[in-house]
Amino acid sequence: MKGAAIKIAVLQFPGSNCDQDAFHLFSTGLGLPTRYVWHKETRLGEADLVVIPGGFSYGDYLRCGAIARFSPVMGAARDYAERGGVVLGICNGFQILCEAGLLPGALIRNSSLEFRCLTCDLAVSDAGPAFNTRTLGTRIRLPIGHGEGNYRIDEAGRERLETNRQILLRYTDNPNGSLGAIAGVRNEEGNVFGMMPHPDRAFERFHPSMDGLKVARAILSLRFPEVSRKSA
Amino acid sequence: MNRAGLPPNPDPVLNQPITPELVKKHGLLPEEYEKVRQHLGGDPTLTELGIFSVMWSEHCSYKNTRPLLKGFPTEKRGATENFGRVLVKAGEENAGIIDVGDGWAIAFKIESHNHPSAIEPFEGAATGVGGIIRDIFTMGARPVLLTNSLRFGELSSPATKRLLRGVVSGIAHYGNCVGVPTVGGDVYFDRSYEGNPLVNALCLGTLRHDQIRRGRATGVGNPVYYVGAATGRDGLGGAAFASKELSAESSSDRPAVQKGDPFMEKLLIEACLEMMAVPGLVVGIQDMGAAGLTCSTCETASRGGAGIEIELDGVPQREPGMNSYEIMLSESQERMLVIVQKGRESEIEQVFEKWDLHAAHVGTVTDTGRMVVRQHGVVVADIPAPALTDNAPVYQREARRPAYLDETSRWTPQGSGLADLDLAGAAAALPRLLSHPTIASKRWIYRQYDHMVQHGTVVLPGSDAGVVRLRLGSSEKFIAISNDCNGRYCYLNPRRGALIAMVECLRNLVCAGATPLAMTDNLNFGNPYKPENFYQLKECVEGLAEACRFFDVPVVGGNVSLYNESPEGAIDPTPTVSVVGFIEKEAHITRQFARAGAAGLILLGGAPAELGGSQYLGVIHGLKTGDAPAVDLPAEKRLQDFLLAQIRAGRVCSAHDLSEGGLLVAISEKLFGDARLGAAVDLSGLEAPRLDALLFGESQGRVVISVAPADLSAVLDAARAAGVPADGIGAAAPGANLSVKTAHGTLEWSVSGLRLGWETSIESAMKRPGLS
Repeated sequence: MKGAAIKIAVLQFPGSNCDQDAFHLFSTGLGLPTRYVWHKETRLGEADLVVIPGGFSYGDYLRCGAIARFSPVMGAARDYAERGGVVLGICNGFQILCEAGLLPGALIRNSSLEFRCLTCDLAVSDAGPAFNTRTLGTRIRLPIGHGEGNYRIDEAGRERLETNRQILLRYTDNPNGSLGAIAGVRNEEGNVFGMMPHPDRAFERFHPSMDGLKVARAILSLRFPEVSRKSA
Repeated sequence: MNRAGLPPNPDPVLNQPITPELVKKHGLLPEEYEKVRQHLGGDPTLTELGIFSVMWSEHCSYKNTRPLLKGFPTEKRGATENFGRVLVKAGEENAGIIDVGDGWAIAFKIESHNHPSAIEPFEGAATGVGGIIRDIFTMGARPVLLTNSLRFGELSSPATKRLLRGVVSGIAHYGNCVGVPTVGGDVYFDRSYEGNPLVNALCLGTLRHDQIRRGRATGVGNPVYYVGAATGRDGLGGAAFASKELSAESSSDRPAVQKGDPFMEKLLIEACLEMMAVPGLVVGIQDMGAAGLTCSTCETASRGGAGIEIELDGVPQREPGMNSYEIMLSESQERMLVIVQKGRESEIEQVFEKWDLHAAHVGTVTDTGRMVVRQHGVVVADIPAPALTDNAPVYQREARRPAYLDETSRWTPQGSGLADLDLAGAAAALPRLLSHPTIASKRWIYRQYDHMVQHGTVVLPGSDAGVVRLRLGSSEKFIAISNDCNGRYCYLNPRRGALIAMVECLRNLVCAGATPLAMTDNLNFGNPYKPENFYQLKECVEGLAEACRFFDVPVVGGNVSLYNESPEGAIDPTPTVSVVGFIEKEAHITRQFARAGAAGLILLGGAPAELGGSQYLGVIHGLKTGDAPAVDLPAEKRLQDFLLAQIRAGRVCSAHDLSEGGLLVAISEKLFGDARLGAAVDLSGLEAPRLDALLFGESQGRVVISVAPADLSAVLDAARAAGVPADGIGAAAPGANLSVKTAHGTLEWSVSGLRLGWETSIESAMKRPGLS
């Protein structure tokens, strides 16, 4: 992806283990300058997209993401998001964003009480200018790998999600018991995205799909519209 | 009485006299104790007795197996200047290392955690994974994949279900959290493992040649650091516990089982790799696995030809009041011993501070050749380091051929009057075999393992071999890995059973398009003091060694687990084999599943004709008898060379070898990758004295491949020229049914019906009421 020098920052917590996957999605998959930001940092540096990767931040022994939300770097990420910066949380990153209150809802243990690693078919929802069936098509396939991906929200919250078109993706065959088969949501303002499926495991020719590239482009197209045209 | 030079210990517990009962409790024989006294020049202290007991246990010393293991080839004859050389040999270090070219190498090893898993399946399996990962990154390698090899009793038993659930969730808990993908494994269910399950875990890591680190203490005056988790009372004497039979009282031995913290391990991996990347900083490093601080100090000293002195007051401790005996014998997890270049202490401390981990300066390298341990300034142990390692006792045990072999090896279906299958019997047998847990899909297991993290997994679990892309600097390479061992064959013919484990593993790799590179093994057997058990062990090791030499596949390391017995008796001998293969080009990667669209099916190797040791005999007739299938090494090699050549020529769409369940199971499994696929198979032209043996026999050296219809005759011609038996046996094509024409008539099944039983058998057995 040439032209605009889009800069990506991938946060690293102790226990992050998909940090390299996210790094390679953007650096190898899209050819964008990408760097890590350590959890003890209080500044993000220059970034057009902040990615919170998957893993088990701080071991996730209390509740997924519950400790990470208090880390210095999350303070910086919160300021960044409140100023309108674009944030993508994948898997544990989604859990952290929910714990931090930057996304609505919560993620609890899978209804099977077991970890699930498999590739899911996902129905794309119309969630605004960047993330919709025009940028992504109606169906995509992405791997999941989580023990706590069961999305929950109260009735009023769910209505708000529907009304504001905040739902990004739904599982076609719900693997974890999520309410409404919801696999990913955005905030009301439309600059913070979170999803349990892994676009960072779907960008190389031997992966189960290459739809991770589409997802990454769709989110980047929010600030860089030329990106989505290239993906067509 | 303390010997000359050692001060009495102020702690009365540590000062107690060493009685014959105490020696026996520590698992040392009277003559071994006499040797201890000779090494020390007098009576040991309690701490020293504990140290000798763990270091001279089978788990650490290999005292009953060392002479046997010398028969394994440890170098690759066909290695070239920059590929296939063994850079670190078996037994030299924590794991072997082999050259994969361009200055890169892989380190891999398998290790058992059987006894802990029998008592406490979740923690036992979890810490098994943690331990093997440490063995790999201690060599300087970044762990990139895990596999495991599991054995349980019959799945119908509630005890087995509890063990299976615990073991799988333990492996998942640990592996998923540290972020190393579990890309494959093998699982068998057989009554012989009831009460004594096997949990063998393998880890593979990648590194540059210049990153190889040794577990050696050198350089007098160099500081010794303890890094990682604090020491607690858990896992006390675990190595000694692993070196005796399980009994009714074993479950009260819970303190001998360790507790794992995968988050700590993840931090330790990153911190250690970061530290090792600093040029010249690390002199030696070793993980504290079995026998913890004891093993890591005396082994590093012994390998380095040096001595080590440590003061236990510096060791981070989880609870107050631990004495030297407890600290030295603790098997608390996620700890490492590091020897650092003198004067650069602040550099290691900085790295560990970044990761918020302990890095405690606990000792110094000396030139005395002795391991000296102090607590509160008082010497509690002072032992010549080689006495614990190289000079540990070695025994040649007695081997006696078990009497049961006379009966089983003479068994034939004709002699025993076993009626051949008729069509109805054959129609009923296939779905029963496919849904037997040993043959059925292991999806219930592997979907709980993160097998995609690190985004390099190419062939997902469920095919003959796992395939992973390694990112090595700016280049990439593809490797395949497969585990194997059919304990039933090893019970019926130990030598040949082991040979089969090896050749089948190689065949699996070749089916994936890989050239076998090197092997690691886990020898799981019963009590070696029983001559029948030792016979099995000896025969199996010789069988493995023969196969390794024949195929030029060196052994780069492994593990021995003896005393695998429950009150019901010893397990079937289980020399688990794991081989890593190298795939030249991405285009050569081949899966076991036929793809949609028409394809010709070819059976390579000829019609199966043996029933001995088969799953068919076990599942349908309740028999574990007969001789293990024959192995013809030159024919096997011709087959594997031919198959690899055809794969490289681009003519093979899919390849799946015949193993448990035989020909019809293999053909069915080929169809399960695509819901739209059926097949019309014609076996009527094959010479087959018995229908049961043709359809379900487990003759070795057989592979079913699918090829494009246009390539069919070219592949058959090439096989003829290569001297490999090959028969066109029909075609896979879009359709709903599998039909099989035999000399006695035609069989037909719905593929979706077969698939359902195969796919959901373990899931249904493990279903928890009320959960989706």
